[in-house]
Parts: sequence; structure tokens; C-alpha cells
Amino acid sequence: MNILLILPILIPLLTAISSLLAWRNRSLQRVFSTTGACALFGVSLALFAVVWQDGVQASQMGNWPAPFGITMVADLFSALMVVLTGLTGLGVVVYSLAAIDPERESFGFHALMHFLLMGVCGAFLTGDIFNLYVWFEVLLISSFVLLQLGGEKAQLEGAIKYVTINLVSSALFLTAIAILYGMVGTLNMADLAVQLKSADRQEMLTTVSVLFLLAFGIKAAIFPLFFWLPASYHTPPAPVSAIFAGLLTKVGVYALVRVFTLMFVQQSEQLSRLILVAAGLTMTTGILGALVQNDFRRVLSFNLVSHIGYMIMGLGLFTPLALAGTVFYTIHDVLVKTCLFLVGGIIYRLRGTYKLSKLGGLYQARPVVAVVFLVPALSLAGVPPLSGFWGKFILIKAGLDRQAYLMVAVALVVGLLTLYSMAIVWSEAFWKRAPDDRQAEAPLLPTAQLHSRLLYFIPVGVLACLMVLIGALPEPFYDIAGRAAEQLMNPTDYVRTVLGRLP
Amino acid sequence: MEVTLAFVIGGLYAAGIYLMMRRSIVKLIIGLALLGHAANLLIFTIGRLVRGAPPIIDHGKTHLIGQFADPVPEALILTAIVIGFGVSAFAIVLIWRSHETVGTDDLDEMRSTDSFD
Amino acid sequence: MSSLILSAATRYLLPLLLLLSVYLLLRGHNLPGGGFVGGLVGAAAFALHCIAHGVETSKRVLRVQPRTLIAVGLLTAALSGSLSLFAGRPFMTGIWNSDGLTILGKIGTPAVFDMGVYLVVLGVVLTIIYSLSEE
Repeated sequence: MNILLILPILIPLLTAISSLLAWRNRSLQRVFSTTGACALFGVSLALFAVVWQDGVQASQMGNWPAPFGITMVADLFSALMVVLTGLTGLGVVVYSLAAIDPERESFGFHALMHFLLMGVCGAFLTGDIFNLYVWFEVLLISSFVLLQLGGEKAQLEGAIKYVTINLVSSALFLTAIAILYGMVGTLNMADLAVQLKSADRQEMLTTVSVLFLLAFGIKAAIFPLFFWLPASYHTPPAPVSAIFAGLLTKVGVYALVRVFTLMFVQQSEQLSRLILVAAGLTMTTGILGALVQNDFRRVLSFNLVSHIGYMIMGLGLFTPLALAGTVFYTIHDVLVKTCLFLVGGIIYRLRGTYKLSKLGGLYQARPVVAVVFLVPALSLAGVPPLSGFWGKFILIKAGLDRQAYLMVAVALVVGLLTLYSMAIVWSEAFWKRAPDDRQAEAPLLPTAQLHSRLLYFIPVGVLACLMVLIGALPEPFYDIAGRAAEQLMNPTDYVRTVLGRLP
Repeated sequence: MEVTLAFVIGGLYAAGIYLMMRRSIVKLIIGLALLGHAANLLIFTIGRLVRGAPPIIDHGKTHLIGQFADPVPEALILTAIVIGFGVSAFAIVLIWRSHETVGTDDLDEMRSTDSFD
Repeated sequence: MSSLILSAATRYLLPLLLLLSVYLLLRGHNLPGGGFVGGLVGAAAFALHCIAHGVETSKRVLRVQPRTLIAVGLLTAALSGSLSLFAGRPFMTGIWNSDGLTILGKIGTPAVFDMGVYLVVLGVVLTIIYSLSEE
């Protein structure tokens, strides 16, 4: 099963290469891009099936035995994240066939998108902390270029903020790796898990773990390190901001969960209070920011920040149930955020603006758009019976078990405020009369052909259906999340598979 | 040697962070580059300094004998330098293009994406 | 920018530097050198040519687009790594032909990988240099 671990990296790479080689031929690039995204999704499902059946999978790159070489590992959480990457990647690529403009396409949009997917998959699958840094850089450089592709003024301003803060985070990450290597002399995460238990300078380890918390906290956009996100995520075209919102912050969350469940287990007990406070403040500041915004995508960006707090909350509580909540919430959040940003793109296509004050009358004019907005919006707010309800339910149950009543209260209030924030968007963009009557009567998607409309609506529709499905049948998804959390809480299988023995 | 390097590393971090607090976009990029160099030098120093003992196995031997330099930090630094090179090159193109488009190199004036509407 | 000395010197320096870059690439197999350094020296050769004769001439001398170099380089590197997958070993396991060829000697996938790195570095640096000097 070695090959399944490397294919989620090889397929996007080969797709990107083919798109580069077919530079002049845009339609060929589109064919490659779609085929590659389909293949990636298929392979990710196969990998998940194997991990579900046979447990943790590992492959030693270059046949160098761990801990000397680089190991690729997939436990259930990684495999699940790769499936989500494949799904979002496919959705966004299909959507972009209709939504991305020809100029961006001929400047290598498809190649960059697949380089980004390669970086994300690599980050999820690697079992080596320095290799994780390398994959972070791969996905960052691709995201830098994607963010400023097109070169509009707002994009460049947003890109400067995004690039700067992410480079600071990389420098912190590298510093933390340096100190860690100096202390224990290994970079393999499974080996680190073993060595750190018996390391003699635990107080030094606390420092290192806080450095990791800072570095990944910036990428995941937790309080108070999130200001770059609402400054940049609303500037690129809809497919780009959708894939950023759906996947990139979750890479940060994944790295936090991985590092604090595998390597810094003792530290995560000590830091639990700090993480919970950060989670609560992330939720509150995020949602309060969302309430005062007047731009559809900035509202979503602040909501994105706010809901990172829920995932971090599960990590802070640090019980099997809470981690299951984190995993479940991550599944839900990837789907919802991608879907909402894609709907934002459709609205922009219809009305040519993201300003809530200038939007209006969409419910009357375009009920289908209203429905595909309403499903993820209500799911985000946690209205039953949609996916977000179960995610919040598990996390709140876990919080009550740990007697973290303040945290539970914050989570509930933020859920209500999310509903309020979505209600504002709903009444502004959909219910109120259009400020300009000519706009309301203008034909919608005026130049769009039927197939282009399908390309817009199929990804959004599929994502919305998945949310309803998870909401109606949460049991299998909860099983997956529960088993993934079990593996995270008790990483002996992970360590044994990577090192080939249990020290 | 370690003590000297430790001060150099501290100085680099301090200079990097100081430059990033400045308003000029060029200083920002220089500050970022300095931060990267500081981290590289930290890896180098923390991986134990050994003089004149390359980790190469002599002919006819099967393993290294005595003290030898750890090759891993060098490999890490080389990777980080390559990445840093690519990122700096991109960042320079980015600030140049944004200077053309926005028409200023003052970060305080690049506020349009942070404003309320 | 038109300096007679520079443009005359470049005519000799370009092939020499390219030769040096290939030497560094091949030497990197078991001595200091390698694809990254070789690629940088190669890119420096074209950068010099670009300064002496302008972007357009330099692009004509290069003949292929830099991004094609990136794509071909990545493809070479990816394929050299995937070869071991067909042999049923993990990704990137080195494979050598055991007998060795005449003149070339034993040739293996790590050297091919390095050639891929050479092309990628050359392509990336030239993309940056050309896009900076064009406008």
C-alpha cells in the first residue's frame, strides 16, 4: 500500500506539470486540471478505505528506515483530511472552469491550484516535522502566487499582509524545529513522541511547544494572530478564496492537533487553559467582527476566524470526545466555508458586487441561490438537523463533561451570534428589495450558457447536499471522527507503524 | 564560538523584528530575510559545532569513529536557504509590483483591504 | 545598457559559464556541487547575457520558455523518484544500473533527480529575472 501514500502528492504534481507544458492551450489545461482533481479525489477515497480497514499506513521515502529518512504516514485523521482536500479541490476546480477569467487561466491558474493541493496533501501525510515545514512552504508559495494572480490593487495589498505574516510564522516554525532538534536530535514525529517523554528539560519543551502554538496559530488564524485573514481572504476571485477558506486554515488546525496530541502531550495539559482562552477569544472576536462588516466575503472571513475557535476548543478540552468533536467540526467547516465562498462568487456574478448594502432582492429573483446559501448558512450557525448542529453538540457535550461551563456558554452564545450574522446577510442580500430596481430585473447570469450555470451550481449543490446528509445521518461520520480521535489520543499504533517497533 | 554565534543570532532576530516594525515595505522584506537567516544560523549552532571532522566514512571502514559533525543541520539549512531564496525572490517581485500599482511604499497607507466597507 | 566590453565578454563567458554549471551539476554526485548550485550558475550566465544584450536577445538565445524548463525539470525529478515505485520499492529509492555503461559509468536515479533540480532552478530564476527586467 506504499503507493497510495505517495499518489496524493504525485497526482497534483503531474497535473501541474502537464498544465505548465500545455501553457498556450487553455482548454487542454482545463481537461488536465479536471482529470487530475478527479484522480486525486478517487485516490484519497482509496487511501481512506485502506486506513479504515487496515489501520495506520506508513511508507519510508527512499527506503531509508525511520527515524533517519522521511516517513509518509496516514492515520485516520490525515486520511480524512486528504479526502476533504480531494473533495474541495474537485469542487473548486469544477467551479473555476466557469468562474475564473481567461487572463488568470492563461497565467497558470490551474497549475498553481494543483501545486497548492500537492502542498496541502503533503502536509497532511508527512510524518517528519521538517518535511512538514517544507510542505507548508510549498503550499504557501503557491497560495502567495494565487492570491496576487491578476494583480488588482486590493489583491496586492492583501498579498503583502498575507505573505509577511505567513513568513513570520515560518520563521517561528523553523526556530522551534531548530531547538527541538538541538534537544533530542531527531525530526521524525513518531520518534520525537518517544524521545520527548524522557527528555530531561521539560521546561524548555514548554517553550518549544509555545513556539509551535504561535507558528501554527498564525496559520490557523486563532486569537490574537488572525488579523491577516480578514485583510486578505476577500481579495482574490471566488474559487481562490474558497479553497483558501476551506483548506489552508485547516492545515494549521491539523498541525496543531498533530503536534499537541503526538509530541507535546504533557505540554498540552499545561497549555490547555491557554488554548481554551484563545479558543473562546477567537470565537468572540471573530463573530463580533463579522457583525459589523458590510462586505459579503469579509463577513464570511470573520466567521471563518470565529469557527476556528470551535476546533481549537476541542484540542483545549483534550478528551477523546472533544477531539472527536474537533475532527467532526473540521469536516463540517471545510464543507461549509468552501460552499459559502463559492455562493459568494455566484452572487458576485449575478450582481457584480459583494457589498451587502448594494445587494438585495435575490430571494425573489433567484430562489435557487437563496437555497444554496441558506443550507450552509444555517449549518454554520448550528441549526438542526444540519452538520454544524452535531459538531457543536459533540463539542458542547465534551465541554460539559470537563465542567468547562464558561467555554460552553461562550460556544453557545457565539452559535447564536453566528445565526444573527447569517440572518443579517440573508435579509440584506436576499430579502430586502434591491436598492436599484433595474438591477433586480436584469437577467441573471446574463451571458452564462446552461453548462456554465451547471458548473457554478453543481459543486455548491453537492457540498450543500453533503451538509444535509451529515446532518440527517451523523452516525457514520461520528464513528469516523471517534475512531480518528481514538488514534490521536493513543498514538501507539502510529508510532509502531512508523518506527516498525514499539520502544 | 557558541557564545559569539548566540549573540549574532540574537542580534539578527532583533534586527529582523525591528525592521519589520518600520513602515517602509523594503525594510519589511529585509527584516523577513534577516529572520530567516537568524533561524538558519540557530539550526547551525544548535546542531553542535565540530571543527574539521566531516561525517565521511573512510575507505575500508564501516562506521564513523570519534567525533564528527552532524550532517543533518547542514541539510536542513540548505533546504531552508533554497526555500528562503524562492520566497525572497517572490516577495521582491510582489513589493515592486505593488509599489507600481498602489503607488506608495508606506505600509500605513495600504489600508484599503482593512477598512470597514 | 550597452557596454561594448560587457557584450564582447559575454559572448565568451556564456558558454564557459554554462559549461561550468554542467560541471558543477555532474560533480555534485559525490563532491560539493549539485543541481541547485549548477542551476544558479547557469541562470547567472543568462542573467549576464540579459544585462549585456537585453531581455529579448537573451530569450532568443535560451530558445525555450523558462516555464517549460520548470515543467521538464519537475517531470524529470518526479519520474526519477517514481521509477522505484515500478520496482515495488518506496518512492524515491535510488536505483542504479549494476553493470555500468562505457564512459558514463554507473548511472542512477539520484543523478537524474539532480538534473531535474538543475532545470527547475534554472527555470525559476530565469522566470524571475526576465519578469523583473521586462517592465
